[in-house]
Amino acid sequence: MNLIQVENVTKRFSGHTALEGVSIAVPEKSIFGLLGPNGAGKTTLIRIINMITAPDEGHILFAGRNIQPDDIDQIGYLPEERGLYKKMKVGEQSLYLAQLKGMSRNEAHARLKVWFEKFDIGEWWNKKVEELSKGMQQKVQFIITVLHQPKLLIFDEPFSGFDPINVNLLKEEILRLRDNGSTIIFSTHNMSSVEELCDNIALINRSRKILEGNVMDIRKKHRSDTYEVEISGLNNMNLVLPPSCQVLEKVESEGHSVLKIHGFLNHKPNELLAQLIRQVDVHAFREILPTMNDVFIATVNAAEK
Amino acid sequence: MKKVWLIIQREYLTRVRKTSFVVMTFLGPILMASVWIVPLLLASRSEGTKIIEVLDETGLFFEEFKETDDAKFLYITDDLQTAKENLGKSESFAILYIPKSSYATPKAFYLYSYKKPGLSLKMYLQESANKILENKKLQDVYGIDEQTLASVKSNISLVVEDIETSKKSYTEISWALGFIGGMLIYFFIFMYGAQVMRGVIEEKTSRIIEVIVSSVKPIQLMLGKIVGIAMVGLTQFLLWIVLTLGIVTAFTAIYADQIDKYKMGEQPMSNPGQLFPSDAMGMPDTQQGLEALGSDENVGQIIDVFFSINYGLIIFTFLFFFVGGYLLYAALFAAIGSAVDNEADTQQFMLPVTIPLIFSIIIGLSFVLNNPDGSVAYWLSLFPLTSPIIMMIRVPFGVNIYTDLIPSMVLLVLGFLGTTWIAAKIYRTGILMYGKKVSYKELWKWLTYKP
Repeated sequence: MNLIQVENVTKRFSGHTALEGVSIAVPEKSIFGLLGPNGAGKTTLIRIINMITAPDEGHILFAGRNIQPDDIDQIGYLPEERGLYKKMKVGEQSLYLAQLKGMSRNEAHARLKVWFEKFDIGEWWNKKVEELSKGMQQKVQFIITVLHQPKLLIFDEPFSGFDPINVNLLKEEILRLRDNGSTIIFSTHNMSSVEELCDNIALINRSRKILEGNVMDIRKKHRSDTYEVEISGLNNMNLVLPPSCQVLEKVESEGHSVLKIHGFLNHKPNELLAQLIRQVDVHAFREILPTMNDVFIATVNAAEK
Repeated sequence: MKKVWLIIQREYLTRVRKTSFVVMTFLGPILMASVWIVPLLLASRSEGTKIIEVLDETGLFFEEFKETDDAKFLYITDDLQTAKENLGKSESFAILYIPKSSYATPKAFYLYSYKKPGLSLKMYLQESANKILENKKLQDVYGIDEQTLASVKSNISLVVEDIETSKKSYTEISWALGFIGGMLIYFFIFMYGAQVMRGVIEEKTSRIIEVIVSSVKPIQLMLGKIVGIAMVGLTQFLLWIVLTLGIVTAFTAIYADQIDKYKMGEQPMSNPGQLFPSDAMGMPDTQQGLEALGSDENVGQIIDVFFSINYGLIIFTFLFFFVGGYLLYAALFAAIGSAVDNEADTQQFMLPVTIPLIFSIIIGLSFVLNNPDGSVAYWLSLFPLTSPIIMMIRVPFGVNIYTDLIPSMVLLVLGFLGTTWIAAKIYRTGILMYGKKVSYKELWKWLTYKP
């Protein structure tokens, strides 16, 4: 079942169209990557899902029915441009924002204590936000976003501004949230984190959706008959390859060679493998799937033409 | 609704806890009370008696200057040069030199001193000299004797009575109430309207706005902020009144003796009400008016003064126009705050909002105060952008409830709904708009956007 279904959404501002007939489906209890170049319309789409703005055409379904104002309490949103009241104390501010999401003060207090412990920022409770480092503020904001255990979480570039250790901490938490039943929409430019985290993605370019689907499926669909082989026993011989194949890269060390070979094999690598086996010892053979980065660039470039 | 309440609470508590709020809350009453106390203190504490040597070449002023606590007179006959030389050695403060002249050609008098005389001393000498000369003329030239002169002196106070209610009214009191009411509303709108604007800018620049509007509707945030800050203002206002009354009462109790002495005092020199010539400032002399009543045989009138005013009506209208005017303008200030990225950019939008306010106070204090029933006063007290200040100035003079007050109140409510509606539209677009220099044309477009 889809938790969020965006149907044919169009949003125009004076002078330009931010979204043009965009439809996406976010399956329940999965992590959904919302990708696209800067200015493609991702933030507008996120704001429409958040009911901050309303679409000119189309509508949003939340758990199968039209989204209602009350559903806002079931959504947690971490915007890309983060900010808190600088002069307000961390604890007080967290309580306030949690209550705005409909939590009771006591419940918010109890849960905040747990999270603050977990993120090791318990002693910051009575500090003003402006006394915190940027990374600390980000942690506080992350906690505030997830505190009310919403069905839907929207993270816009959640890792920006974090050091690698905290990025890992955050990734673990995001995966745990998904495993605990939250659905997550995740907007980013960081493609490696998309491969790591996302189950499904949609790619938006120039206000239109140009790609949507399961991450593995998409990568397989975009595979380009490129293979990585590790061989030995070449002994300065010239490697004979099928006519359609060519070596893209070759790295040699201690008698072993790692080659990257591209060929028009129609995804049937046995021909290449058979030829290799006759000439050298094959230690490893695997197809290289395109990274999401490659898919992103290729798809956007294709759409631009 | 629960969320709006949370917002109101936050806006209220964060401001009330600020040091600046606490400081202002205590400083305000001290300043206000001092307006009343300082003149009393100055009056009760004599600067010491100054001796004025009078060098009178005309002989008309001999023994004529009345002595007061502040000034004693010594009549000398030296020539001016010697007198000047002697001044430094004696305890005298100054030489009043009256050159020889006739009644018909009064020349300027001269005061020679090492230190400049105060304004009140100067005024006293000038007034006394004129009075003495006038009396002399009447006596010597027209042959009116001193007794006749005393018997023609009159001290009339004009008592204004309403035919319908047969209540006595005193323009001075109405004038003062109108002045204070108008000024308070003006300052309240400006101070707290600007706070609303700064609050909106703070949320925008700190980027917390996007988190909040993903929890509540923009209009809820805007209204919560406006109401929260209104409550801060009302709290401060109430504390000011209570504390000012407290300070004044405490002071009055402690210095009761001196105040009595001061009130009894007839000497113009120790009367702060006459420290400055009241006509020059364009204000009717309330002090004098009241004193005239006090010294009159009809002491009961003093009580009438205070009961001649419909305080219930004044307090009600004050609160209504105080709050209504603030709400109307605060919405506009919120819209301005939402349209800019920082406070420096607010200038271009501030002007059209502040002009009606400044216009109201200028017209109000000059024109309406002097002609509270004129057609200009009437129409300006109907128009919602000017009515909070203008109506407050008019009310103490008495307005017709059905033809003046109720229409104005209805229009103010409509005006406030109107500005809130417009402001909300600008606000919800503006708060999410960054890095763009916004023009009026742009604002107009925002008004037509779908939410």
